[in-house]
Amino acid sequence: MKDRKLSFFLKSKFSGDNIFEGAVGLFAIGVLIIALLLFGELYLESGLSRNAFGFGFLTGSIWDPVSEVFGALPFIFGTLVSSFLALVIAVPFSLGIAIYISELAPGKLRAPLSFIIELLAAIPSVIIGLWGIFILAPFIRDYLAPPLSTYLGFLPLFQGPMYGLSMLTGGVILAIMIIPITSSISKEAIQTVPIYQKEGALALGATGWETIRMSVLPYARSGIFGAVILGFGRAIGETMAVTMVIGNSARISGSLFAPSYTMASVIANEFVEATSKLYISSLLEIGLLLLLVSVIINIIARILVSKLLRVEGGGRA
Amino acid sequence: MKVKIAIILILAGMLLAGCVGKQPTEINPALQPTTTVQSTKTLETVTLNGAGATFPYPLISKWSSKYYEIMPNIQINYQSVGSGAGIKQISARTVDFGASDAPLTEQEYSNVAGILQIPESLGAVALAYNLPGIQKGVKLSGDVIADIFLGNIKKWNDPKIISLNPGIQFPDKDIIVAHRSDGSGTTFVFTDYLSAVSPDWKSKAGKGKSVNWPVGLGGKGNEGVSGLLSQNPYSIGYIELAYAKLQNISYAYIKNKAGNYIEPTLETTANAAAGSVSALPAGDASWSSVSIVDASGDNSYPIGSFTYLLVYKDQIDESKGKILTEFLWWAVHDGQKYSSELLYVPLPEEVISLNEKTIKLINFNGQPLIQG
Repeated sequence: MKDRKLSFFLKSKFSGDNIFEGAVGLFAIGVLIIALLLFGELYLESGLSRNAFGFGFLTGSIWDPVSEVFGALPFIFGTLVSSFLALVIAVPFSLGIAIYISELAPGKLRAPLSFIIELLAAIPSVIIGLWGIFILAPFIRDYLAPPLSTYLGFLPLFQGPMYGLSMLTGGVILAIMIIPITSSISKEAIQTVPIYQKEGALALGATGWETIRMSVLPYARSGIFGAVILGFGRAIGETMAVTMVIGNSARISGSLFAPSYTMASVIANEFVEATSKLYISSLLEIGLLLLLVSVIINIIARILVSKLLRVEGGGRA
Repeated sequence: MKVKIAIILILAGMLLAGCVGKQPTEINPALQPTTTVQSTKTLETVTLNGAGATFPYPLISKWSSKYYEIMPNIQINYQSVGSGAGIKQISARTVDFGASDAPLTEQEYSNVAGILQIPESLGAVALAYNLPGIQKGVKLSGDVIADIFLGNIKKWNDPKIISLNPGIQFPDKDIIVAHRSDGSGTTFVFTDYLSAVSPDWKSKAGKGKSVNWPVGLGGKGNEGVSGLLSQNPYSIGYIELAYAKLQNISYAYIKNKAGNYIEPTLETTANAAAGSVSALPAGDASWSSVSIVDASGDNSYPIGSFTYLLVYKDQIDESKGKILTEFLWWAVHDGQKYSSELLYVPLPEEVISLNEKTIKLINFNGQPLIQG
């Protein structure tokens, strides 16, 4: 009796499995639809600005809400430079962390270390921003900037007065925020390196460092690169913390000591009080640019990471 | 294994309990309206929703709780989402009242038909600075302030600053300019003042909630600017007066139209408003050119502004409209006594009587909702 009932239920179109499949499928497609709607909405709403400024929006360096002249170049510049600076600082740290945890750390230390580093990613960015304003910015102004301008002051990068809030501070804050993601994905990439790969190098007489350099890192290369690009993507989209420390000044300067401005920051700062249609439309166009850049960067990163996983699946070096 | 099963059982139990526990609460809201309607009509809870500027938020919150003590059936929710969003929401009629730090521009005013602008309080903007060894009360004039914010005056010991302040030793240090990075009514008031006193500023930057700053560092919010000031000696920036007082930050005395150097206080700001009352338009007219910066009067502080409540003249819901009107009436009369303790400037008598006329314009189908 029980069996017959069950088989009837399974044969019917409305079996639990089908309903379940339909429901979760709907959720999955729902996310896709939301993403498409978001893109469509940004595209439509930025129409006014795209018509008014055209390509000049990307190259204009004046952002003047009073006379309604909008050019996004200072924000594009600030976003790319601060994110790139973050990478320059974060990548060596992340690689070091990843290598230490996956290759060198004593077994007992590995789990707690990864846990603590991933915990860093869980700190709300406004908290990191406050710490940036009250601790990091004065520290950089008083202890990091003076030696930089003394010894490297011949470079345009380290010239001019330093008030704490600057491109440099923004880059350091972003570096701290992307270390968890780049280090944990790099770590996973390094952990996919097959043991025979390492044993081979060691058997040939390589030292520990040589093994890591010649056999582990090249193998995990594309995964690490993917991790770096994901970190870059995170840095580009990060808003709150960087807004609080970057100085929010829409001018392009060659010095890292000068204040700067990012795309995400200007949206966060000005959207609430923007009232004229062209102003709102221009802010939305910045949003559209930001979305496009993030999507492209994430696609590149995913391709690189998945390439690594395929290599591992194939089992060849 | 046993542990796992136990965990699963506990979770399942919690889920079940959750479901069972939920049912009565789900039914309750459906029942509530009928029960309250069946009981006396006066006990029906009405919620007035407002949205807008962040500046008056503490005052409106205070009003909300005080009004609730008098009228326990009326709840006032105010979202401090910014003036821009407040104007958008009242235009879309998703809230019962809006609030803005700046009067509606000509364009905004024509977009929202039948809107009334009711000044509900006043705010002043202080020019705060961090000069080690120098207390509050450095004297500054409009053209000097404009020159500092334009980047024309770069050092504290500039002759123009020294000549205004005989007896004060200014250091030979660069001036660090701090301004707001977020769009804000405070920026509007300050740049409105600079545009009024300096043609140079007016043509180069102008007035707005965000402007293209020629120099300086941007901090987010009053706290961002005051953080910049406290961390950087030799800096100057503008913040809300209430914030400067609460944080005990030194601020400048500013030369007014009559030529006197005025300390920003609640009283000197109110003087500025009272002095310009005769020029104020009717509540249903456009207020776009209203400004009390650089006001006349011997003892008027020159950098201040009204902050406005926005409501529709023609209400579409009679009972709700009546409640809103009564609340507005209370806010501009009894509500004003809560201003001073929160460091807001109480409205001068002249503005209150103007507001009375405006509030009497609020009607349902042509019937005024308050007699006054």
